[in-house]
Amino acid sequence: MELVTPPPPPIRRLELEDPNAARQVASPAHDENGATPAPGGFTGARRSIGAPQFSIRRMEIDDVSVSYSNREAVKAVSLPVRQGEVLAMIGPSGCGKTTLLRSLNRLTELTSTATLRGRILLDDVDITLIEPTLLRRRVTMVFQQPNPFPMSVFDNIAYVLREQGSRRQRKKSLEPRVHSALDRAGLFEEVKDNLDHPALKLSGGQQQRLCIARALAAEPEVLLLDEPCSALDPQSTQVIEDLIVKLRDDVAVVIVTHNLQQAYRIADHVAFMYLGELVEYNSATALFGSPREQRTQEYVSGAFG
Amino acid sequence: MGAPVAAPPAAAPSPGGSPAHHGKAAVEGSATWRLTDRIGLAICWALGLLFCAIAVAIVVYLLVQGLKFLKPSMLVTPASAGFTQSESGGFSDALFGTLIVAVMGISLALPIGVGIAVWLVEYGRPAGLARLTESTIEAIAGIPSIVLALFGTVIFSSTALGFLSRTSGGVVFGRSFFAASTMLSLVALPLIVASTREGLGSIPRHVREASYAVGKTKAATTRRILLPASRPQIATGAMLGLGRIIGDTAIIVVLLGATQNFAPVGGAFPFNYLRGAGTTLTNFVYEASPTGNLNQPQKAYAAAFVLLLLVLALNAAVDVVHRRARKVGTWSS
Repeated sequence: MELVTPPPPPIRRLELEDPNAARQVASPAHDENGATPAPGGFTGARRSIGAPQFSIRRMEIDDVSVSYSNREAVKAVSLPVRQGEVLAMIGPSGCGKTTLLRSLNRLTELTSTATLRGRILLDDVDITLIEPTLLRRRVTMVFQQPNPFPMSVFDNIAYVLREQGSRRQRKKSLEPRVHSALDRAGLFEEVKDNLDHPALKLSGGQQQRLCIARALAAEPEVLLLDEPCSALDPQSTQVIEDLIVKLRDDVAVVIVTHNLQQAYRIADHVAFMYLGELVEYNSATALFGSPREQRTQEYVSGAFG
Repeated sequence: MGAPVAAPPAAAPSPGGSPAHHGKAAVEGSATWRLTDRIGLAICWALGLLFCAIAVAIVVYLLVQGLKFLKPSMLVTPASAGFTQSESGGFSDALFGTLIVAVMGISLALPIGVGIAVWLVEYGRPAGLARLTESTIEAIAGIPSIVLALFGTVIFSSTALGFLSRTSGGVVFGRSFFAASTMLSLVALPLIVASTREGLGSIPRHVREASYAVGKTKAATTRRILLPASRPQIATGAMLGLGRIIGDTAIIVVLLGATQNFAPVGGAFPFNYLRGAGTTLTNFVYEASPTGNLNQPQKAYAAAFVLLLLVLALNAAVDVVHRRARKVGTWSS
């Protein structure tokens, strides 16, 4: 007996929606900011960030190499991190940008095989001399996946404010600081009536902004963002990008992204990494407009990566 | 099988409207499957129904028998000697005995089990010792409880532990609620360790890192984030462990003395009972069943029914924990 199997439905690759297209529809108002389209395949992109008002050097990455066992993931990178500016790190997957980011608050130390050479300074103090828990309150981090803690919106922030595992400090006394952290992350208006609701029931974009609020609650000097929008839809992405631009005056912002348009939209300086090396570090307009290096030119024009 | 087998579906999936991948709409009919696959599916269905039927049969049968024979007075009257079932009292001592070993056993096993699991998953160092612990716990899980019971008699009959059971003339009896509960906690321990590890292991790494990244220590992260997030699995493990504890008979017979009543020894109030021998519902059911010494099957049914109710209540409690956890939500992978 012959059994007829129906032909499989045709596989259809959906084009990833260009977040940029949504941005243009959603907010044509962004045109006035840096309207000059950059060459090198960035004709459609708009800069949503103006020139920095000021810049203070907060961190200094000095000849840093990171290796896992025998594999060198980051090779002799030197970079400044400044408050008042957004620094974007771009590069293809596995180029070491996330590793470099994680070494800024010594999260790499959680991987037992990782070793770091070189120096990283925070306000002119070598970070290896700072207690890790203290350092990580001064250099906080937001991750790729939204990861609020399984508790209420309020408690997510209060957890950061309280001493280690303690439950001391009652809700009332923490309220102003919780509210202000949520406010800085642009989330307060949306959640102010639902502070007791479980954080994991928020939308993805709200969860990610809660994570930013959590990172800001520690009053850090540097905020690290590891592809914070890669799990989000275009609208949420835009909200978060606008937030990042707003935050740069309060904290030094370092963002890892593999979305070139995003780096172009929101970064003041861009570091292009490839195979662990820092290929080029320049202002965003220069790096995307007239890259010095051949490899940068090829990467930003989409030749590889 | 002459049934006409599915021709290619009349309505080919339109290129644009690919079916939703989640939700009920995506359920695929089996009409187009190969015959062997459909037979396999049918067998799965049948087996599933069979197990439901068995479970329902047990519950219904015990429910009917239990309601027929159970009298409220049995829950408050201890067993006593008598020639007929109406003279021999109830099984209140057995019921309390079950509650005592359950509480004592789980309050030993739960903290130790959760502690071991946290150490294995979150610290795991020195690695050699962690591996050894892992295989030791697996070994304990495989040991029949009668062997644990026998081993328990050796330990608890030692002079050093004489304060935990009846002692007379330098001879330590080694049979008490302390002895039985300790060994019973070993029966529950592997289940609690396994399910706690499962719970901790299902938390994405970046959640831990998010806590470290705001300056929290490992200990604070474990206490405030990881353990609360693993609560449903820990509850499941505790429930399975409790089920094993209150269902165990071998350890009760060997290490609790399996008297039909409490046999308190000297000492201050709770300790005089805990140091003495006693009984539990499982042991009562065994003794009251036609094969046992008491031979009062009606009370065996009544006691078994109470035992079943306890287990069902445990299940319901775990269900509540899981339902609460669902309200809190979990991370998208």
